Amino acid sequence: MINLLLFPVLIPFLFAAVLLLFPKKVKAQRIVTMIGLLFALASSFVLLYKVKVDGVQTLTLGSWAPPFGITMVSDMLSALLVTSSLLIVFFVVWYSFTSIGEEREKAFYYPAILFMLTGVNGAFTTGDIFNMFVFFEVLLMSSYVLIVLGGEKIQLKESIKYIIVNVVSSSLFVITVGYLYSVVGTLNMADISVKLAEIGPSGIVTVIAVLFLIVFGIKGGIFPLFFWLPGSYAAPPIPVLALFGALLTKVGVYAIMRTYTLFFTSDVGYTHNLLMILSILTIVVGCIGALAYFDVKQIIIYNIVIAVGVILFGASVMNESGMMGSVFYLIHDILIKGALFLFIGIIIKITGTSDLRKMGGLIKRYPMLGWSYLIVAFGLAGIPPLSGFIGKLLIVQGGFEAELLWQSIFILASSLLVLLSAIRIFIYAFWGEEKGEHLISPKKYRHLLAPAITLAGITVLYGVGAEYLVPFMADAANVLLDPSIYVDAVFEGVK
Amino acid sequence: MKTNDLIIQTATKVVFFIIFLFSIHIFFAGHYTPGGGFVGGLVMSSAIVLLMLAFDLKTVQEMLPINYTVVTAIGLLISILTASGSIFFNVPFFTHVFDDFYIPLLGETSIHTAMFFDTGVYLVVVGVTITIIQMIGGDE
Amino acid sequence: MEILMSILIGFLFMAAVYLILSRSLLRIIIGTGLLSHGTHLLLLTMGGLGGESAPVLADGITDYADPLPQALILTAIVISFGVTAFSLVLAYRAYKVVDTDNMDLMKGNEDND
Repeated sequence: MINLLLFPVLIPFLFAAVLLLFPKKVKAQRIVTMIGLLFALASSFVLLYKVKVDGVQTLTLGSWAPPFGITMVSDMLSALLVTSSLLIVFFVVWYSFTSIGEEREKAFYYPAILFMLTGVNGAFTTGDIFNMFVFFEVLLMSSYVLIVLGGEKIQLKESIKYIIVNVVSSSLFVITVGYLYSVVGTLNMADISVKLAEIGPSGIVTVIAVLFLIVFGIKGGIFPLFFWLPGSYAAPPIPVLALFGALLTKVGVYAIMRTYTLFFTSDVGYTHNLLMILSILTIVVGCIGALAYFDVKQIIIYNIVIAVGVILFGASVMNESGMMGSVFYLIHDILIKGALFLFIGIIIKITGTSDLRKMGGLIKRYPMLGWSYLIVAFGLAGIPPLSGFIGKLLIVQGGFEAELLWQSIFILASSLLVLLSAIRIFIYAFWGEEKGEHLISPKKYRHLLAPAITLAGITVLYGVGAEYLVPFMADAANVLLDPSIYVDAVFEGVK
Repeated sequence: MKTNDLIIQTATKVVFFIIFLFSIHIFFAGHYTPGGGFVGGLVMSSAIVLLMLAFDLKTVQEMLPINYTVVTAIGLLISILTASGSIFFNVPFFTHVFDDFYIPLLGETSIHTAMFFDTGVYLVVVGVTITIIQMIGGDE
Repeated sequence: MEILMSILIGFLFMAAVYLILSRSLLRIIIGTGLLSHGTHLLLLTMGGLGGESAPVLADGITDYADPLPQALILTAIVISFGVTAFSLVLAYRAYKVVDTDNMDLMKGNEDND
C-alpha cells in the first residue's frame, strides 16, 4: 500500500463530498462523519506504525519522478500531528452533537469540519511548498465557512477581519514562494533543501526566511502578528473555537518548524535568533493577555499564544532536547487546548455567560466537571506527571544546553503565570457562593461531559505514558535536525 | 422584481445553447490545447447567469430544477474517485492512464482518465459558482 | 521587460494597500483582488519572462516559456476567485445584518457597546 500516507487526507475529503449530498438529514450526517473519522483515525494509526518501523514514507503523485511531481512526505512529526488532529476532531464532533445546535448542523457544519481536516492533514503531509499553500487555502476556506456559520452579528463582524488578514497573508505566501522559486528554481521541499545548502548563506535567502516567518507567523499567531487572533477566535461557538485553537495555529507552527529546520540552516545566527526573540515576546504578550481578562474564552485564547511561543522557543535552539521538547509540547498542546475549550464550553453552557465575575460555586453541583477541569489545568501548566511537564522540561533543558540561561528561566517562570491564569478560572467559577441560574438539563450535561472527560483522560495518559512515547518523539526530532534523512527518503531510487 | 425585456429574453433562448455547446467544446479542447474543465465550467455558469439576468431566479429554477450543491458534491466525488482508482492498482495517487478507443460516429480517439477528473472539475465549478450567485441574488 | 513588470506590480500593490486601508468594505475586497493580481504577475515575473513559444507539446520547439509559474498562477487564480466570491457573499450578509459597510462601525462586540 504505497498510498497509505494519503489516507488521512483523502478519507475526510471523500466523506465530506458524500455529506454534501444530504445536508438536511442530521442523524445521517452525524453517523457518516463519525464513520469517516474512525476510518481516517485507523489509517493514521497504521501509518504511525509504518513510519516507526520503516522510516520516512514518501509518495510522488501521478508517478512523476521527484522533484518534478508533487511529493507527499510522512515523517514521524507529520504522522504524529495527523493522528492527533484526527483525534481532536473526533472528540470535537462528538461534543458538537449536543452543543452546536441543529440549525448549524443542517448548514454544512460537518462537511466544513471534514474539509478543514483535509487541509490540515494535507499541510502536515505535503512535501511541496506550493502544495502547502494549496492545502493552507483549503483549510482557510473551510475555516471561513465555520467562523460565519450561524450568521450571528458578532461572527459576521469578526469573520471579515479574519478573512482579510488571511487573504493578505496568503498573498504574501505566494510572493515568498515566487522569490524562493526564482532563487532555487524548484518547489519540492527536499530539492529546495539541497539547492539552498549549495547556495550557502546569502542575503536573499535570509530575506526569504524572514518572509516565511511573517507568513506563518500570521497564521500561527506569534508576536506581533497575533493581533487578529483573540477577536476572531472568540466569535464562533465553542466547538469551532476548540478546533481553531487546537489545530489552525499549530499548522502555522508546524510550517515554521519545517521550513526553519529543512531550508534555512545556513544563517542560523540571524534567523533563529530572531525566531527566539519573537517567541519570548510572544510568551510575554500571551501572559499579559491571559491574566488581564475576566472572559474565560479570552484567557484560554491567550494561552494558545503562550504555547506557540514555548514551542517555537524549543525549535529555535536547534539541539536535540529542545527539538524533542518542541514536538512533545506541540502534540500536548493540541490535545490539552481541545480539552480545555470543551470544559469551558460546558461552564459557559451551564452559566450562560463567559464572564468569570458572573459565575461561582459550580463545584457543589458539578464536582466531576470541577475536578477534571483542575487536572487539565494542571496539565496545561506542566505539573508532573501530567502532559505539559515533559515537553517543557526538555525545552528548558535544550535552552540551558544552548546557554540561553535567562530565556530558559523565563520559560519556567511563565509556567507559573499559565498556572495562575488557569486556576483563576477554577477559583472564580467553582468556588464561592452559587451565582445565577443553571441553564442546562442533567442529561445534556452528561452528554457534554463524556467527550471532554475522555479527552482529559487521554491527555493524562499522554503525560503518564511519556516514556513509551520517547522513541517516537526522538524519531521526529532526528528528522528535523538532520535534513538529509528527509531528502534521502524523497529521492530514494532516483539519484 | 418583474422584468419584461422581450429582446434579451428572446435572444437568450438561442444564445444559451450556443454558449452551452461552446463550453462543451472548450471542455474537450482542453485535452491537448488550451481549455479544460475549469474554463468550460465557468463558461457554462456564465450561460446560466445570462438566463438569470434575462428571466429571474425563480423562473430559472423552474427551467433547470437542479440542486447545485448536489452538483458540486457529485463533481467532487467523480474527481476523487477517478484519482483514487490508482489506489487499487497500487501505483501513486493521480497516476494517469490513457488508451485509444474506437467510438461509433467519432472514430478513433484517445480517452484519458484525466478527462473523467476534469468532468468532476467542470461540475464543481458550475455548482459552486451558481450556488454563490443564488446566495447573493436570492434574497431581495 | 522585467523592470516594466516590477513597476506595474509595485503600482498594483500600492493601489491594493490604499484600498485595503480604506473604510468601505467593498473597497477592501477590491483591494484584495488587486493584491492577488499583483501577486500573480510577480509569480510570472519571478519565473523569468524568456521563451519564444508556448510550453505546449509540439515537435521542434526548444525555446519555450517556463510552464511552472503559469501552472502556479492558474492554481492561485482559482483560489483567489473562490476567496473573493466568498468574501463578497459575506460582505453582503454582513451589510444586511450590521446595516453598515463602514469598518469603523464594525468594531467591538455587543457586550462592550
